Amino acid sequence: MLTALSVTALTLLLIYSMVTNALPAIQKFGWHFLFTSTWDPVKEIFGALPFIYGTLVSSALALLIAVPISLGIAIYLAELAPQFIRQPLSFLIELLAAIPSVVYGFWGIFGLAPFLRTAVQPFLSKYLGFLPLFQGQFFGVGMLTAGIILSIMIIPTISSISREVFLAVPSNQREAATALGATRWETIRLAVLGYSKTGVWGAVILGLGRAIGETMAVTMVIGNRPQISVSLFAPGYTMASVIANEFTEATGKLYLSSLVEIGVILFFLTLIINGIARFLIWKVSNKAKGRIRE
Amino acid sequence: MEKVKVEGLNAYFSNIHALKGINISIKEKKVTAIIGPSGCGKSTFIRCINRLHEVVPHAKVSGRILFDGKDIYSSAIDPIEIRRRIGMVFQRPNPFPVLSIYDNVAAGLKLNGMKRKDDLDEIVEKTLKMAALWDEVKNKLNASGVSLSGGQQQRLCIARTLAVKPEVILFDEPCSALDPISTAKIEELIFQLKENYTIIIVTHNMQQAARVSDYTSFFLLGELVEFGKTQDIFTAPKDKRTEAYITGRFG
Repeated sequence: MLTALSVTALTLLLIYSMVTNALPAIQKFGWHFLFTSTWDPVKEIFGALPFIYGTLVSSALALLIAVPISLGIAIYLAELAPQFIRQPLSFLIELLAAIPSVVYGFWGIFGLAPFLRTAVQPFLSKYLGFLPLFQGQFFGVGMLTAGIILSIMIIPTISSISREVFLAVPSNQREAATALGATRWETIRLAVLGYSKTGVWGAVILGLGRAIGETMAVTMVIGNRPQISVSLFAPGYTMASVIANEFTEATGKLYLSSLVEIGVILFFLTLIINGIARFLIWKVSNKAKGRIRE
Repeated sequence: MEKVKVEGLNAYFSNIHALKGINISIKEKKVTAIIGPSGCGKSTFIRCINRLHEVVPHAKVSGRILFDGKDIYSSAIDPIEIRRRIGMVFQRPNPFPVLSIYDNVAAGLKLNGMKRKDDLDEIVEKTLKMAALWDEVKNKLNASGVSLSGGQQQRLCIARTLAVKPEVILFDEPCSALDPISTAKIEELIFQLKENYTIIIVTHNMQQAARVSDYTSFFLLGELVEFGKTQDIFTAPKDKRTEAYITGRFG
């Protein structure tokens, strides 16, 4: 009881101290802080838009890549794979989640970024270069690299939770579809995916929460330049990265308090996202209980 | 006319021998009841008829089941095709919870590639009427299938099965999760359906078997003990074990 309360108190204290520390920036810039993109420590003008943009775009990119792959993995593991392969494979995928993010970042710098620069980015710009997304110089590090690293990091989260959700689908649902003459794939689509839609959404949003808060690996590969560029090849910056990179050199009071305010924004963003995820998962487990009225 | 003829059917779960050499012949457009104590292989038996048994891991089948004279276990036969022609209603109502009432009924039709709204509308209405559910749901076809009561859900599942126009319908203890009024409705429905369909119903309610069926077979420990006209089975059983079971001395 006491320990539980102390955790809550600690969270409230955290919010309180963050908001008080962010107060100078909040008073100085007001809502403009969220919508302007100048980040100039010398003139002490701060706008968080490039970081918010960077966080949202890199996370969206990560989801775009990770969701289809994770769902494929989860469907395979829950429905299609032979029994003897399920456990070891699930274990390996969950192991991906245990790798420290600095290791991902390291691999991103020395493995992924050069590969993207020499092979993937030229390819994309050659064939999809008419899109503004794939124009500009090849740096290797940048938004695309960050998105790919993040997607690898959230695949274990999304696929293992989705797998649990698929396994929770009662077998009478599968049998209902099979007995109607559905093929194996139609059974998965009709009975399994339909039934677990909300739970899968929850898994995706938990993955998103992880992507938004990820700091180390992203900082190492995103390029760290506070700019908003349509091209995915260009460097960017995220909220978590700017805090990690700049708080040691934030000498001015306003500078530091601006960084704290970014932290507050990040905190509430992840809080909201986790809240949505919990709600969706709660809804799906609740539905499973009250399914048949007798 | 016999619709389904079972010859030397054996079924297994891993190393458990669940059905032992079953021979039975099911008459067209009649109701055949399968009775017997729990665990005697009744459900396994009807799940062999629409090839649902083999979906369970480590389940095996041997023997022949002739459906209109063709062995459904021959390698030339597609089980998907068999399941469309031999429908099944399960013990617990299992509508698809994310689909509306309408889409639950249309699910099988859509799997068959039927897309035209007019055709779907017509069949959905027709089958819901056949399942005696139309009047209760006609104003809320877009509501979720699970918003209905248990008995209504079961009739929805019957409508879903009827929609794909099967020739045989298997009922696996369709009333065991329902109250007496819903049970009476389902029984009445089965009575009407036998005009057009061949029906096999598993039940461990002997009064139900006596009320709805034309033929009854009694299963015990994976074997078919006795099969005959319902009237004969219940009034003059030939086998001692059948007599003991229907008079309530065990099971």
